[in-house]
Amino acid sequence: MTASQRRIKVLLGKPGLDGHDQGAKVVARAMMDAGFEVIYTGLRQTPEQITRIALEEDVDVISLSSMAGSHIPFCRKLKPLLEANGLTDKLWVIGGNLPAQDHEALRELGFKGIFPSGSKLDAITEYIRSNVK
Amino acid sequence: MNAPKKPAIKKVINESGIEVKPLYTAEDVAASGGMAMVGEPGQYPFTRGIHREMYRKQPWTMRQYAGFGNPADTNQRFKYLIANGQTGLNVAFDLPTQIGLDSDDPLAEGEIGRVGMSIDTLRDFEIAFDGIDLKKITVSLTINGAAAILIAMYLAMAEKRGYDVKELRGTAQNDILKEFIGRGTWIFPVEPSIRLVGDTIEYCATHAPKYTPVSVCGYHIRESGATPAQEIAYAFCIAKAYADDAIKRGLSVDEFAGRLSYNFNIFGNIFEQVCKFRAGRGLWAKIMKEEYGAEKPGSMWLRMIAAGGGGGLTFEQPEVNIVRGAYYALISALSGTQTMALCSYDEAYTIPTEYSARISLRTMQLLIEEMGLTETVDPLAGSFYVETMTNEMRKKREDIMAEVDAQGGIVKMVAEGSIQSKVSARQLLQE
Repeated sequence: MTASQRRIKVLLGKPGLDGHDQGAKVVARAMMDAGFEVIYTGLRQTPEQITRIALEEDVDVISLSSMAGSHIPFCRKLKPLLEANGLTDKLWVIGGNLPAQDHEALRELGFKGIFPSGSKLDAITEYIRSNVK
Repeated sequence: MNAPKKPAIKKVINESGIEVKPLYTAEDVAASGGMAMVGEPGQYPFTRGIHREMYRKQPWTMRQYAGFGNPADTNQRFKYLIANGQTGLNVAFDLPTQIGLDSDDPLAEGEIGRVGMSIDTLRDFEIAFDGIDLKKITVSLTINGAAAILIAMYLAMAEKRGYDVKELRGTAQNDILKEFIGRGTWIFPVEPSIRLVGDTIEYCATHAPKYTPVSVCGYHIRESGATPAQEIAYAFCIAKAYADDAIKRGLSVDEFAGRLSYNFNIFGNIFEQVCKFRAGRGLWAKIMKEEYGAEKPGSMWLRMIAAGGGGGLTFEQPEVNIVRGAYYALISALSGTQTMALCSYDEAYTIPTEYSARISLRTMQLLIEEMGLTETVDPLAGSFYVETMTNEMRKKREDIMAEVDAQGGIVKMVAEGSIQSKVSARQLLQE
């Protein structure tokens, strides 16, 4: 397993204008406790900013925390940018306030790991550990 | 006393860090400081309530948080809520409006009208409040970073419709310091943000004296992980920071303090919450009188909205949130709040529907119409438990406030992020 040979590096992005970042901070902490290196972007990131950070930091995982309902339009803008920059081999994960009826659309947009509010922190870190290529 | 034969009963510590005993007696009340701070409702130190007759004279205002889509959609929802007996409005704005972006800003894409109504122009405000009597229905604007502009728009809209701004009541949340602790919709750095809050306090003191320019929010600090004691203590520290700014501008405390209000949170232990508010009223009155030299009773009043908090609601089994909401409303009534709001049961995952908003409204109305909660002022007063816990909560709070002062004050602590880490550290323990 390559993941065991070096530390898994995770970008944790806070897309859009929503300022509710307690969840993102709690998840960041859990990821660090799981031994991952975590790059938290801070609030109000655009798709362009998240793509740039993912490239510059050479992360294994691109994860987003979305609480205010703009996840679908945001991911729709982010997907082509990640693709154009050769980031399709990374693991795309999203968490937050994500109604069940949106999960299929998120999967189609390339976000295979979907963790709605209330998900167990262990489930998130376990998922990342077993799916990072 | 007999030595227990069975293993000792489990020690209980409430969220604020105070031990809860299995039994309270008159001795506990005396040991915690006695009844000196209890007094009479409507009289200093106002522990039992800011008015003599409280709900006998006028029940709490019911003010559900509402707003979505464009101003016309929101206007419809407002009218629906008013038709169902709501007595105040609590306006939700979308995130672009909250952080001062026009709807055609590229950053605003996907966010327009999503978590509240979208406002770009004065015309939008006119549509949102069309047909609503602003004298009968008081309006609370949940706006912070962009508050100065939205207050101006609200007053301009009212003036255009012929209202005398000097007589106009209403509230703007406009508590920027808590945006840095939780919620995150600040626009400018800490110091200039406080100056902008001061500008609105000064403007309202002279031009719109019945308008409440700031509603200091313990609510969001609590949602971000603070204990009930920290919630009140930090909110008081924040209110003092705004008061200090107003005084530096040359206003006298009695010119503005009567128009400061509070927004607090309700979830968790019933008695801890009720005592939190009783203790809060006594402490705030004492601070305003002794530290600021306030003379008018109104300047010493802790006026508040006590809202059933989202933090207690669960995403799973959402219908159980209806039951939680009923308890929160009960706590709110027992606490002597001026205004009540409840998170709707579906709020853990969506913007409340008309159906869920109506359930919240009916929950609050039941307390008035069927449960007798408006008949007697501060009905829990004199309980050994409640009076002891009220005294202990007040002391706990004074300790937290002294700790903030010792660390350089709330403004410094918010700017350097140390309050945020205190609050989030606790959040980690909870998740």
